[in-house]
Amino acid sequence: MTQVNSTSSTIVANLQISLHSGSQVFELSVNSEFPSTGITAILGESGSGKTTLLRCIAGLEKSAKGLLKLGETTWLDDKHCVPTYEREIGYVFQDARLFEHLSVQGNLQFAIKRSHEKVQKAFYAEVINALDIGHLMQHKPDQLSGGEKQRVAIARALLVKPKMLIMDEPLASLDNARKQDVLPYLAALQNMFHLPILYVSHSTDEVCRLADHVIVLHQGKVVSQGSINDVFASAQLPHIYKQETSTIIKAKIIEKDERWHLIKAEFDGNTLWLQDHNKAIGKTVRLRIIASDVSLSLQDEKESTILNRLEGRIGGIEIDKKGATALVTIDLTNSEIVAQVTRKSIDDLFLMVGMKIWVQIKSVAILG
Amino acid sequence: MGLIDSDINAIWLTIKLAFTVTIILLIIGTPIAVWLAKTKSWLRGPINAIVALPLVLPPTVLGFYLLIAMGPEGPIGELTEQLGLGLLPFTFWGLVIASLFYSLPFVVQPIQNAVEAIGNKPLEAAATLHSKPMDTFFHVILPLARPGFISAAILGFAHTVGEFGIVLMIGGNIPAETKVVSIQIYDQVEALEYAGAHRLSAIMLGFSFIALLLLYSFQRRGIATKFRIGR
Repeated sequence: MTQVNSTSSTIVANLQISLHSGSQVFELSVNSEFPSTGITAILGESGSGKTTLLRCIAGLEKSAKGLLKLGETTWLDDKHCVPTYEREIGYVFQDARLFEHLSVQGNLQFAIKRSHEKVQKAFYAEVINALDIGHLMQHKPDQLSGGEKQRVAIARALLVKPKMLIMDEPLASLDNARKQDVLPYLAALQNMFHLPILYVSHSTDEVCRLADHVIVLHQGKVVSQGSINDVFASAQLPHIYKQETSTIIKAKIIEKDERWHLIKAEFDGNTLWLQDHNKAIGKTVRLRIIASDVSLSLQDEKESTILNRLEGRIGGIEIDKKGATALVTIDLTNSEIVAQVTRKSIDDLFLMVGMKIWVQIKSVAILG
Repeated sequence: MGLIDSDINAIWLTIKLAFTVTIILLIIGTPIAVWLAKTKSWLRGPINAIVALPLVLPPTVLGFYLLIAMGPEGPIGELTEQLGLGLLPFTFWGLVIASLFYSLPFVVQPIQNAVEAIGNKPLEAAATLHSKPMDTFFHVILPLARPGFISAAILGFAHTVGEFGIVLMIGGNIPAETKVVSIQIYDQVEALEYAGAHRLSAIMLGFSFIALLLLYSFQRRGIATKFRIGR
């Protein structure tokens, strides 16, 4: 295993860039610190500047101005601009960009020869194993499926021994079945190689599944950032993602009910019943509860088809003044959950901060 | 075949000239082609036009200017005299220089097209893999643009072999020094030696056809290799 010293790989970015294409001008202005651990997702719709931001970090946008540091190393300031080939990053492009004239092995060797650090045989074997590409070594890129290409591209990026891995929508060009070929490898990467990962995506599903931290970009500006749950469980989530507002929690499977095909998951002293998807007891899973799938009731409605009912207290109510809805935060035992309800219901039930309330959860997604 | 000595001399001289010119053009044409393919400078248009001039100019015009430039009053002539090389018109090296200009677009353009077709994407990928620009040139651009280089070499060689007008202007017809095949044929026709002209013309026709056949069959495979790398 390669252990990367986490404090040495925080990215400090204070970047401005104006890109001109024809009469169009795109401005990106970011002042952020990217966590040095875990997967940080950069979320935004197309045209929000996600890819441009990554390209600035990699040094591929020559007109970027500002300050950029990885740990103690300054990559960009008023006087200097470290060229891409000296920045210790691994970059996975949306379109893989394998070298067509080289075999898979040739592509990997290309990276190994140029790594600033010697690549040990054991590490090489570990990367090939982790991405399951051992059987593809002699193939040329044009003989690979889209998913295989991406796995090779990820392996190639890891083999330059980067201090940070940057991925630009590595799944965007793949169809759904191929996505499933790559997603599990992505989830495992972080655990195996302890590399901070910057991951760009426009898919909230992918982000909720993979990311520990999120930065939301909108029209070239950071509109929200924080831990995955802080961003998604907040009323500050940008308007386009309003329907995606959700509580994201880590839970542990503690019980199986064979008869009803259910499993019981525990988080911070609360429990939920979930459909059994062959998850083993003791396994930690990430759960996503979409706020609009949560309803509130003043008493425990036992005569209901809703299996998951939790008791809590209202911790906060945020009203969307322009719309019909409100986001209610409910304090559970050592935890929180958000519910999206109508403003009318708040009024009808006289809901107020501090009130005791029952939370009814219609569905829970297991993100793996 | 019944080739006479002067025929053999002319063929040998033509091959020597074309070979020399092709090698030199590949060396000086490559940086020009890569620069033209990559640059965003305003000079791109003018340089492109200058490189392409020999495609449209009558060889006599190019030959006339080169003759003046290489003559005792011209800048090239003064330079070569100061260097103790004497004057270049009516010498083999004078022919080489004239041919360099004349065949330049045939070497630069295929390479330029191939490099443009590669685009920036593989180069950016190489940079993120810690590959410095020269490293990327030799290990990414050169192999990916290989079909372009082969086309450039075939075209540059064949086009130099096929020169006539500019050779007449710069080289005259000094046996074994500047008398290439095309001039030899001209001389034979002038002297009504049709049999000899037939022999050499047939050889030229065969050579040109084979060169173009090679080029097109290679390009066909070249296009295929773009989508199906591997030989």
